[in-house]
Amino acid sequence: MSNATIALHQVEFEQKSFWRNPAAAFFAFLFPIIFLVVFATLFKGSRAQVGPVTVSYDDYYIPALVAFGVMGACFTNIAMSISLRRDNGILKRLRGTPLPSWAFIAGVVGSSIIVSIVLTLLTTLFGILVYGIHTPQHILAAVVTVAVGGLVFCALGLAMTIVIPNADAGPAIVNGVFLPIVFISGTFFPVPDTSVLAKIAEVFPVRHFIDAMFMAFDPARQSSSGFNGTDLLIMAAWGAGAVVACVLRFRWEPTKG
Amino acid sequence: MTAIVVDGLRKAYGAVEAVRGVSFTVEEGEVFGLLGPNGAGKTTTIEILEGYRHRDAGSVTVLGVDPQSGGRKLRERVGLVLQEAAVPPMLSVKELVELYRGFYPSPRPADEIIELVGLTEKAGERVRKLSGGQQRRLDVALGLVGDPELIFLDEPTTGFDPSARRAAWEVVRNMRTLGKTIVLTTHYMDEAQYLADRICVIASGKVVAEGTPETLRARTERRTHIRFELPAGVDVAKVPIPLTVSNGMALIETSTPTRSLCDLTTWAVAQGIELPNLEVNRPSLEDVYLELTDHDVAAQGDRTGVGAHE
Repeated sequence: MSNATIALHQVEFEQKSFWRNPAAAFFAFLFPIIFLVVFATLFKGSRAQVGPVTVSYDDYYIPALVAFGVMGACFTNIAMSISLRRDNGILKRLRGTPLPSWAFIAGVVGSSIIVSIVLTLLTTLFGILVYGIHTPQHILAAVVTVAVGGLVFCALGLAMTIVIPNADAGPAIVNGVFLPIVFISGTFFPVPDTSVLAKIAEVFPVRHFIDAMFMAFDPARQSSSGFNGTDLLIMAAWGAGAVVACVLRFRWEPTKG
Repeated sequence: MTAIVVDGLRKAYGAVEAVRGVSFTVEEGEVFGLLGPNGAGKTTTIEILEGYRHRDAGSVTVLGVDPQSGGRKLRERVGLVLQEAAVPPMLSVKELVELYRGFYPSPRPADEIIELVGLTEKAGERVRKLSGGQQRRLDVALGLVGDPELIFLDEPTTGFDPSARRAAWEVVRNMRTLGKTIVLTTHYMDEAQYLADRICVIASGKVVAEGTPETLRARTERRTHIRFELPAGVDVAKVPIPLTVSNGMALIETSTPTRSLCDLTTWAVAQGIELPNLEVNRPSLEDVYLELTDHDVAAQGDRTGVGAHE
């Protein structure tokens, strides 16, 4: 069997495991949709100041929520499921088979990207059909941003398992890191550029992902291409750091004692 | 051909020496039993052979290759059944076996492997709906699916009910018939006795005995035990052979059981004494094992440092 076929089989396996697990599917899908409905209802009719432009709240919120969904499908999902599989010995067992590590990682990442794409389409369609947002202006930029964001947050999810001692601690650590950053990064309402929170958030990749997504949707028609190079570069830097951390420290075996 | 050569193997975790100079060889086509109490170093040893850990000193070859650098090529030839490993819960038995088949260059047919471990009726069932024993059997199936030359079975029947154990033993016997080399670790002496061609007993990181089950038993042959209940009113000093008494039970340890028994019973008959609960026992392999390992376990005291890696 060729290497590409092995990797594709892994993607297929991960997809089956994901869709057959109601809890995983629930968190990945219902969370963003519930947030969408709740916050869109809460801020109904209000305007959002995003950098130099003012748009409807929904026009800000939908791209932000696309980013949120991708982060959930990639970062949270991978950090939790990999630390769980490490704990119960599934990873160790795989490590003893001829399956190459890269093929396993490709399966996990590929599957998360597929979920991200489905989520992106679903959230965007929901936004257009139910909340009447402007249709995304720059499709290429949107695709590239979702792809970069997906890969970066997959890498960060894998790197996150390094600091998770065991699966029981997984949810607390992952959410303890993820949710505060998600909040200060302006996922649910824009955080003004000049505020202290924004300055802190700028260090992390979440705000840049949301910015890049907003720029690709570009409801105010302020960009010609929809690309924001700085945002993508900062995200990529975080991704590269995560990859290096994984190469150095990723564990396949449970920590005991 | 020799499947495995281990020579002067050493491995320490921090200050704790888990393996302290272990040497043994495993011949091709034999079932080799690695025995020892928890914390004896047998899992560390086997995990070095499996390529999970790096040794500190000594030399190891598995199928002619150093497992530390054998990589994918070696893993294609070796099947592993780990001590505690879950199986992905959301796939069906058949799907999982098919997935694992894809890892190997020349796997065995899925149906054959599923039948070998007795899961044919459960082939379409999701893994999470299987019982613990069935999941373990599936685990064994996944270790065999690549048609390996060498199979490591780390405590394969722990937690099995007696009939499941018998079934698993038959699986191991079948694999042996196919010419596979099998390295087995177990706590159960009867398992080692039934399955293993050769046994190596490890305690405190060292080999304390090695041989066929029969030669191991022969080590203590000279101490056959004769026991009986000491009848009331019988003076111990009058019995013509030396014995010890505890809780009213007399024990004679002898290397010439026929002679001793004759002396004892001739004397008893002449005295008109019936010896209640008279029995003659050859030490079981279990006794031998306990004798070999007991001392070390006691001497070792706190073994948590090593145990953590077991």
